[in-house]
Amino acid sequence: METFIGKSIKRREDDRFLKGAGRYTDDIKLKGMTHSAFVRSPYAHANIISIDVSEAQNMEGVVAVFTGNDACGAFGVPCGWQVDFKNGETMREPLHPLLAKDVIRHVGEAVAIVIAETQELARDAAELVKVKYKGLPAVTDPKKAMEAGAPKVHDQWPDNAAFDWCIGNDRAAVEAALANAHHVTEMEYKNHRVAPNAIEPRSYIASYDVNVDKYTLYTSTQNPHLIRLLLCAFALGIPEHKVRIVSYDVGGGFGSKIYHYTEEALLTWASKEIGRPIKWTSDRSEAFLTDAHGRDHVVHSKMGFDKEGKIVAHLTDEYCALGAYLSTFAPAVPTYLHGTLFQGVYTTPLIHLNVVAPFTHTVAVDAYRGAGRPEATYLLERMLSKAAKEMNMDPAELRFKNFIPPFDGVTQPGFQTQVALQYDSGNYEGVLKRGLEMLGYEDFRKEQAEARKNGKLLGVGISTYIEGCGIAPSAVVGALGARAGLYEVGHVRVQPTGKVSVFTGAHSHGQGHETVFAQFVADKLGIAMDDVDIVHGDTDQVAFGMGTYGSRSLSVGGSAIIKSIDKILEKGAKIAAHKLEAAEEDLVYAEGKWTVKGTDKSISFGDVSLTAYVPHDYPEGLEPGLDFSSFYDPSNFTYPFGTHIAVVEVCADTGKVTLQRFVACDDVGNVMNPMIVDGQIHGGVVQGVGQALLEEVVYDDEGQMITGSYMDYAMPRADDIPMIETDRTVTPCPHNPLGVKGAGEAGAIGSTPAVVNAVVDALAHLGVTDIQMPVTPQRVWKAMQN
Amino acid sequence: MIPAKFDYIKASSVQEAIGLLDEHGFDAKIVSGGHSLIPAMKLRLSRPEVLIDISGISGMNTITEEGNEIVIGASCTHADIVKSDLVNAKLNMLAQTAKCIGDIQVRNRGTIGGSLAHADPSADYPATVLACDATIVVEGKEGSRSIAATDFFLGIFTTALAEDELITAIRFPKVTTGNYQKFFQSASRFAVVGVAVVKEGDAVKVGVTGVSDTPYRATAVENAYAAEGSKAAEHATDGVEVMSDHFADEEYRTHLAKVFVKKALEA
Ligand SMILES: Cc1cc2nc3c(=O)[nH]c(=O)nc-3n(C[C@H](O)[C@H](O)[C@H](O)COP(=O)(O)OP(=O)(O)OC[C@H]3O[C@@H](n4cnc5c(N)ncnc54)[C@H](O)[C@@H]3O)c2cc1C
Repeated sequence: METFIGKSIKRREDDRFLKGAGRYTDDIKLKGMTHSAFVRSPYAHANIISIDVSEAQNMEGVVAVFTGNDACGAFGVPCGWQVDFKNGETMREPLHPLLAKDVIRHVGEAVAIVIAETQELARDAAELVKVKYKGLPAVTDPKKAMEAGAPKVHDQWPDNAAFDWCIGNDRAAVEAALANAHHVTEMEYKNHRVAPNAIEPRSYIASYDVNVDKYTLYTSTQNPHLIRLLLCAFALGIPEHKVRIVSYDVGGGFGSKIYHYTEEALLTWASKEIGRPIKWTSDRSEAFLTDAHGRDHVVHSKMGFDKEGKIVAHLTDEYCALGAYLSTFAPAVPTYLHGTLFQGVYTTPLIHLNVVAPFTHTVAVDAYRGAGRPEATYLLERMLSKAAKEMNMDPAELRFKNFIPPFDGVTQPGFQTQVALQYDSGNYEGVLKRGLEMLGYEDFRKEQAEARKNGKLLGVGISTYIEGCGIAPSAVVGALGARAGLYEVGHVRVQPTGKVSVFTGAHSHGQGHETVFAQFVADKLGIAMDDVDIVHGDTDQVAFGMGTYGSRSLSVGGSAIIKSIDKILEKGAKIAAHKLEAAEEDLVYAEGKWTVKGTDKSISFGDVSLTAYVPHDYPEGLEPGLDFSSFYDPSNFTYPFGTHIAVVEVCADTGKVTLQRFVACDDVGNVMNPMIVDGQIHGGVVQGVGQALLEEVVYDDEGQMITGSYMDYAMPRADDIPMIETDRTVTPCPHNPLGVKGAGEAGAIGSTPAVVNAVVDALAHLGVTDIQMPVTPQRVWKAMQN
Repeated sequence: MIPAKFDYIKASSVQEAIGLLDEHGFDAKIVSGGHSLIPAMKLRLSRPEVLIDISGISGMNTITEEGNEIVIGASCTHADIVKSDLVNAKLNMLAQTAKCIGDIQVRNRGTIGGSLAHADPSADYPATVLACDATIVVEGKEGSRSIAATDFFLGIFTTALAEDELITAIRFPKVTTGNYQKFFQSASRFAVVGVAVVKEGDAVKVGVTGVSDTPYRATAVENAYAAEGSKAAEHATDGVEVMSDHFADEEYRTHLAKVFVKKALEA
């Protein structure tokens, strides 16, 4: 019998994607559908003096124009996470209006929506809306936002702070340990702002059916049920059972499509107003200006070491931009998804992080692939490598000295960190050993020394990361301020013919759930993959769910499905026992059939399924049907880890960095489909390398984005990246049935510091100790001049 | 990314295109490969009411040898130039230049005439037409005239082309001892610095693009070359106002200009 777990099965969904037959929101055309365009502010900060829509409204083909002065002006989208001040003061939470009414707080903020018969007409009419603004000074940098006299983003909060939060050990104890440390390494830098750049821009269609009093919102989201909850219960106050959210195929999200955006709520509201469906698809310029960004931390950090090189204390202060309004998960990103990873893979006994998170005159910052963990990893891994150089030690050696020793989480307990979390299982020295071996570290060091003699600048950079995935135990995140539970739902419906439909609350937007989920479902049931269908992305089909982010689909969503499969096999066994006239305890289930132990008497899964739906000869008292839904709430996060090593060459004339090799040895627990895990690592690594070398959102002093197109925002391209060399160690997660940890974000978390460490290593003999990311040719060249 | 409304006319001859340009005046624009114009229209930075497509005009996309010259039709695509045996044999540096432009899709659509008329300060061809002392052949209501490359580029997106004029061809002297060197801007992959050098015995001609808002002949380098050799590259930006942007400020761009002039002189 063919089994599927652990095999590189090609992705079933790719057939339709490669044929251009995907079902993306923008592909959908509804009867009577209208199109819309937004009038967006060219100012980062301004008062709206007046809005004149008359000309646009009178244009032929225009159906309606709405501004903040219409009824929709009273609505706003909510924030899903509350992080209070360390002194107990409640998080400051402004209304995030669907349309700006009096004040503009970032470039691209929507002022009006124009709805017309065609997209062209909507755009033309949008240009006829006349808005008078009074421009005001803006602040976009999180540290500057906290300076006295900085422009205020929300008048009611003069210091701009949304919260001021800390985690870890007592600050005074950490400071004292630093004062007594043998060596202190210090860093000041910006983990700069990047744009997620999903290939499919955000796209929505809202429609309201008056005959059944029901809304349908087609949306390019990563989490349809969450959108429904936020839309109904918070944004518009409409009944949840009267709303269907559909998101079939979504072309990448990287976090940016988790959030409930103003346009989703506004279109939904307007579709009832005009009684016709409305479509809006963002263009790339709008995507740069309005999709939530990632990172944007200003960091000041000190790490203390003893004589042997063991870390004794770590103290960090950060300013983290939130943007003009609080996006759905924004407060969690620089706090609970960030500070909780400050232990890294090291035994650091004393840790303290303070985060001041101000509003800024920019689009929101929220989770972007890795969300808080890449920022933590970047800090720790740059610190370790910088400290090694300062203490004249090899960066690998310094890491080996500080690793938490291996533990499996079964016979040995999990590792309790200083920053709230308990790691599940890990073997951190294992991945570094393997990574160094893959690279041929010792040989490389010789090659590097040789190359240097000839004026060739080669460098190697190591990063040994850990991340928290499988988001998340509801009670834990609830205690940390989440306004939602983060369990998942898995519903398995066995059809009378033994074919299986699986409804998952997880959502695939490139990950390959339709393949991977079918692999383990088929194996657990002992049936063919072709007999399993994975359904997601429709709240009318899937009972409930929290969606996909935080590398949670398999570990949380998959576990919920396993729970339902267990229930199916348990009930199936009762039916099988009845048919075989045997005791349940005497049955074994394997290869798709129940067999009476020690005999050749058996009944197939298909026959049992049919019996469940045609219950003529059936166990007494047992309900017909074979259909179970389960909620799975994990008992802990999962903690993938790994080692990434980059080799770069720096051009001495221009400062241009060429990535020559990239080695990734990751441990994501058990692996269902190695090809897909490799693909996730590849994609993540490329995004992480992109941040290290190329990508950067830049706002100027007036709050204008000067990198709002691909002419100025540098994305990594195929020829920027060498073949990525991957391998894995396997340390199963002890607390979920598949033993999986998650692989979606690892690449983006581990890679960035590896690349920057390599660049600094290449230039170390010239006295270069740090370079601000992205390490562009200009920055590298300037660093070499000093 | 949807342009404002426009009319579209496909011209079948140079005369027809000129007539249409004359008729519609400021409202009209020539479209060739569309790879500079259409992106600008999609952003509504450019909003012509009439597009006159010249890509179907016969005779404008040929590459021929005429005496000592290679004559490139204005509608030749970058890919046509990369693939031309004649260019590769007798004007190799132009093929090198064309190869550096964009990606395969861009090279398959964009044209040399369009690039020169557009006069993007970071475009590649200007360096090479300057270094080669090429001649831009244009035709308008008043007839045909030839403009020396050194007189053609007047400023950012500005050329010596009159409103009703069309570039029909570019005439290059044959050059076998030239080369083009480019430092790519990491986002757009246009030239941060592009340097074309033609060597004629002890003399050099140096064309530079990307550095200033107008491409230029680095005459200071040319004058110093005999005495200083490739060290003359130090004069790469003498007397030139150097551009500054997010990717390369004045100091770094000046440095790159020197590096790439040197590289081209030594190639
Ligand atoms: C993704 C991308 C990457 C690119 N990378 C590069 C690069 O690396 N280097 C580089 O140099 N360029 C680059 N380009 C620009 C590309 O080379 C364009 O093709 C070129 O600049 C314009 O040529 P076109 O034929 O497309 O002109 P069009 O876009 O059709 O026209 C451009 C302008 O020239 C006018 N025009 C066109 N033809 C004529 C003519 N015969 N006579 C008079 N006026 C005319 C038009 O009216 C218009 O104003 C890139 C473009 C894109 C889209």
